[in-house]
Amino acid sequence: MSGDLQFDSITKTFPGVRALSDVSFVAAAGSVHALLGENGAGKSTLLKILSGVYRPDSGRLMVGGQSHVFRNTAEAIGSGVAVIYQELHLVPEMSVAENLYLGHFPNKFGCISGRRMRADAQRELQSLGEDISPRARVSSLSIGQRQMVEIAKALCRDAKVIAFDEPTSSLSARETGRLFGVIRRLREQGRVILYVSHRMEEIYEICDAATVLRDGRHVETFASLQGVTRDTLVRRMVGREISDVFGYRARAIGQTVLEIENLAGAALARPAQFSLRAGEILGFFGLVGAGRSELMRLIYGADKPSAGRIRLSGEAYRPRRPSQSIRRGIVFCPEDRKKDGIIPVRSVMENLNLSSRRKFSPLRFLISPRSEKRNASEFVKQLAIKTPGLNQPIKLLSGGNQQKVILARWLGESPRVVILDEPTRGIDVGAKSEIYNIIYTLAERGVAVVVVSSELPEVLGICDRIAVMRQGEIAGIIERSQATQENLLALALPVTGAIKQP
Amino acid sequence: MSRTSASARLVSLWEKTGMLLVLIVLLAAFSLFVPYFSTWRNATSLLQSVATIGTIACTMLFCLASGDFDLSVGSIVAMTGVVAALAANATGSIVCGVAAGMLAGGVVGFFNGFVIAQLGINALITTLASMEIVRGLAYILSHNTPVGLRIAALYSLGQGQMLGISTPVWIMAGCFVLFGLLLNGTIFGRNTLAIGGNAEASRLAGIGVVRYKIIIFALQGLVAGFAGVIETARFTMGDPKAGQGLELDVISACVLGGVSLTGGVGTMMGVVIGVFIMGAVDNAMELRNIDSNYQYCVRGGILLAAVLIDRLKQWITR
Repeated sequence: MSGDLQFDSITKTFPGVRALSDVSFVAAAGSVHALLGENGAGKSTLLKILSGVYRPDSGRLMVGGQSHVFRNTAEAIGSGVAVIYQELHLVPEMSVAENLYLGHFPNKFGCISGRRMRADAQRELQSLGEDISPRARVSSLSIGQRQMVEIAKALCRDAKVIAFDEPTSSLSARETGRLFGVIRRLREQGRVILYVSHRMEEIYEICDAATVLRDGRHVETFASLQGVTRDTLVRRMVGREISDVFGYRARAIGQTVLEIENLAGAALARPAQFSLRAGEILGFFGLVGAGRSELMRLIYGADKPSAGRIRLSGEAYRPRRPSQSIRRGIVFCPEDRKKDGIIPVRSVMENLNLSSRRKFSPLRFLISPRSEKRNASEFVKQLAIKTPGLNQPIKLLSGGNQQKVILARWLGESPRVVILDEPTRGIDVGAKSEIYNIIYTLAERGVAVVVVSSELPEVLGICDRIAVMRQGEIAGIIERSQATQENLLALALPVTGAIKQP
Repeated sequence: MSRTSASARLVSLWEKTGMLLVLIVLLAAFSLFVPYFSTWRNATSLLQSVATIGTIACTMLFCLASGDFDLSVGSIVAMTGVVAALAANATGSIVCGVAAGMLAGGVVGFFNGFVIAQLGINALITTLASMEIVRGLAYILSHNTPVGLRIAALYSLGQGQMLGISTPVWIMAGCFVLFGLLLNGTIFGRNTLAIGGNAEASRLAGIGVVRYKIIIFALQGLVAGFAGVIETARFTMGDPKAGQGLELDVISACVLGGVSLTGGVGTMMGVVIGVFIMGAVDNAMELRNIDSNYQYCVRGGILLAAVLIDRLKQWITR
């Protein structure tokens, strides 16, 4: 059909990596087509070729029956392709209307007609069922609303192909529902929707067809997902059997290591209280914005608590800065790897040794090239980190491997308490189960582990106890044996006036 | 695809040896086409002419590597030169003169670092302000006229020679080695690069970012102060007009040497090459008696070319 999107023998190579190799498939107009694969399978590269960020070495795209090789993003937009990335590309300081028409303001002799622009913007937003003022600044909108603005922006340019890259990763359940409503409407209008997500439930909920990529190659395209099981898809993605991603291992749990008493901070609605034992894996579940990361940052000393006490193995402990916590044996892997975790331009070795190197450095000051190499290669082997070499800039690694490097940074510290904030966000199934294994191994060695996660199956799958946070407070702590999807969600959802607190 | 990998290999080769190649080609061309360029006398005067820039570039490398930069170094050179002359004249002691100059520079650097790191003010604004303030101080302290240095024993710091090469050049060479080792061979240097690569990630990894930045700026002030003392010793006076535009020469040399203005990337080898490319071009133009107005254009052109080559590299790998 003429409205289809066709990838024809797309090949793309980067220094040392073949990112895509002869990828061909068709996404039909009027359908939502899932793009599946582990990290590093080539999904992002394909999207970047679709949006004109990268130019393929060979191959072409067919959009609406016309053959294209986009040389830049403007050409892609001009041909009716819009890609909506995880990080939204809006100008926060400009109004919604200005963002919608950025690059092609409706004008008369070069003068922007503000009134017409706002009227047009209002119409587009209303067609999406959104009640956002065109005058509002983008910075004042929620993530979900911003996404709607992005979609409206695509529609303003009459996009025939709209690709979504992990669109729900920072949305609440309600926002996700609305997004799916909009996607369904776009499908009915006969547009091609490409949908990239690691969340399998979503794939089944919203997608009609699916294409699986692995190691830069096309594995299979399912024209319909009817009767295709989740296991089949996962097996196609990883190329091997994964019986149980979580593989929970029971273990002995020891003495209390960390006690949090009435810890208060700016982002917490009520002071927090909980304790953590050696060898225990404690989950922190909640919706985005429930205050989980904020609580962890207080414990780690990244932010200053306003009140409260922390006891570490019975001793009072008042963290002022991360370096003090690290010295006492508390370490923290932040949620946003790219922003707070890695040093993108520096090598794998530098990133891995960043904290622990003072331990094996003469006088705690000089660098010993031999020991830094020994330490790094040991962890690269132990955690099976996939990298062409220790001197590879870390930004060129996949998300899962970056996360492993950050974990390795902390394993070298022999920590007592490890706090992991969304350790598997944006990481593929295979690497996920490897990271769970690292967590179990830590716990078996007597380390107390906190896992902050927004994914219910994850906290249910790996944690011994689960604390649920809601609107800046700990709403409850549930033992593994008692925890179910239902009771965790019930605790996590915001309390409205009509519902009484249990 | 073979095109891509071949060009990628070319890019990585360029990254390792590119600017060194440019320097060698330049030196060879100047030797052939510029009379007197390859004489011993000219070589020593070339070295002498880059001594101040080279010395200060060592600590500027740390500033840039940590993601900041320092515009106040030119003014610091002038002010500390004046302070050194005044102190030496007043006390009659070499040690007092040198110490006063370096201390004055260190204090300005510490102030810069404190305002930037602790109070969180942008480095461009902070050092632009201190550049003006310190220049003003230099004029105030000297009453608008160069302060003659009366302690002849101090002259040797600027004019002395060893193995036919003058003391300031030896000091520059010492700084290259010392700060080169500090950058690559110590945790301090590596952490500096990490801070420039991602300050928040470095903080969360336990690096005391605020303390590091203060130390880096204080070091920068100290070294610029030392350079000011040397200039005073060399010209036998503390001149409040000294070091005009020096900060931009120093930053240009670093950028020519591949130091990233966004932080996290830089090598001492690159800085050395950058300093000598700038010095050799200036020297050749002077030997050729090229009008100084054109010299400005050429220097600007070289800097632009270096940055464009860098951008070209990114286009190829895209």
